[in-house]
Amino acid sequence: MKTIKTSWKQIRRTPYQALTAVFIMMLTFLSISVFSFLVFGSSVVIKYFESKPQVTAFFKDEAKQSDIDQLSSNLKQTGKISKIRYVSKQEALQIYKEQNKNDPLLLDLVTADILPASLEISTEKIEDLGTVSDALKSSPYVSEVVYQKDIVSTLSKWTTAIRLIGTTVIVTLALVSIFIMMMVIGFKVSQKRDEIEIMRLLSATNWYIRTPFMLEGIFYGGIGTFLGWIVASAGLLYATPYLESFLKGIPLLPVSPIFLLGLLLAELIIAIGLGIIASSLAVLRYLK
Amino acid sequence: MIRLQNITKSYPTGSIALDDVTFSVDKGEFVFLVGPSGSGKTTLFRLITRDLLPSSGSIHIGQWDIVNLNKKHIPHLRKSIGVIFQDLKLLKDRTIHENILLPLEVNKADKEAALQRVEQILETVGIAEHKDKFPIQLSGGELQRAAIARALAFSPEIILADEPTGNLDTTTSWEIVKLLQDINKAGTTIIMATHNTDIVNSLSKKDN
Repeated sequence: MKTIKTSWKQIRRTPYQALTAVFIMMLTFLSISVFSFLVFGSSVVIKYFESKPQVTAFFKDEAKQSDIDQLSSNLKQTGKISKIRYVSKQEALQIYKEQNKNDPLLLDLVTADILPASLEISTEKIEDLGTVSDALKSSPYVSEVVYQKDIVSTLSKWTTAIRLIGTTVIVTLALVSIFIMMMVIGFKVSQKRDEIEIMRLLSATNWYIRTPFMLEGIFYGGIGTFLGWIVASAGLLYATPYLESFLKGIPLLPVSPIFLLGLLLAELIIAIGLGIIASSLAVLRYLK
Repeated sequence: MIRLQNITKSYPTGSIALDDVTFSVDKGEFVFLVGPSGSGKTTLFRLITRDLLPSSGSIHIGQWDIVNLNKKHIPHLRKSIGVIFQDLKLLKDRTIHENILLPLEVNKADKEAALQRVEQILETVGIAEHKDKFPIQLSGGELQRAAIARALAFSPEIILADEPTGNLDTTTSWEIVKLLQDINKAGTTIIMATHNTDIVNSLSKKDN
């Protein structure tokens, strides 16, 4: 209790230094939160596309059911197909209605006639997607072929880039946070060096001297993390309605509160670690 | 009780503070360490409290082998030795009461018992009325008494007094020496470093 009081007194006596330390920690953990959202979100999006049919062929209106069945049968005979599903115009309308159930304006004008029938195809091996796609494109009944491999590989590239940039930014900010906290706490340690020296001579253990400074580091880390997490989570909640319309059909939003609390817990653990490292380094040379 | 054997202490600058010093002090003795400034008296005290390590030689205090003492035991050693520093080392932003309480706080003594102990020591050294004052509000003699009070906090077996009369007038110096004598009579071993030979000659105790 006495140690906590000592730490709190140290923080209160230098409010601007405390604000600086909290602010830099907030910035670090705001970045960690944002990049965590991006990495988590993009991996869900990739999984979603991977679970979808890998090639979708949309048929022209003049294509007869027998033509479509023939094409489907030909594809099955190649032995490269793991799954094939026919989606009729009526089924397409049902899917469209389900996707736009909250937007009556979009539902009013659409009938089954204007939606194309389609074949959703998955292959056994990803390298066969090209052959299947080419075969579909060459059919006179097919109007358009959507090839998911492009989407998945593009998303994967984006995710890799986000991870790389995120890691670089987070590591840089974490180092800057440690240095700034070391500077703030180091300044206080330096101001109290006579007191530290006297305490050592009066039989204080190193832990007794170190603990208030460590608590101070943990305080900066904890408060900064909490603020960074609050800002990032509030931003995410605010943007959820816009993102939901953009990511229609992908089971990503709203983000689970358990995920957000888990992220906060993980960030607090990292922040406590950073606080302890920074304060220990700051006080180290006075305890030799 | 205290045994120094062939102690030499040289600093990286090349200056030799102590050269082959050997002596011992028995329990309950009052010993003067006399010598001019720079003769190594403070260095000797710093060696005894393991604030410094000797370049060669051995130091034993009771069962402690100071030179080979594990770092984690240093706080225990320092608890058994009360030190009155030459520059007093009182914290200026704490009251006299808080300064005396400090070693007890540092060692997480029971709060009630610690407060009682501080009151008792303040009475013993005669500055109870000044307990709520800050060091800057006290005279030299009163500050010296406060430093003695802090050294007494743990009822140590040994007190090292580094020039406790250094900056005091003759009357106050004698008061301080009298106080140390009283503490010694209660069973505490005292080593007092001084360059004031008048005090030593008058008391004609053991002179090293």
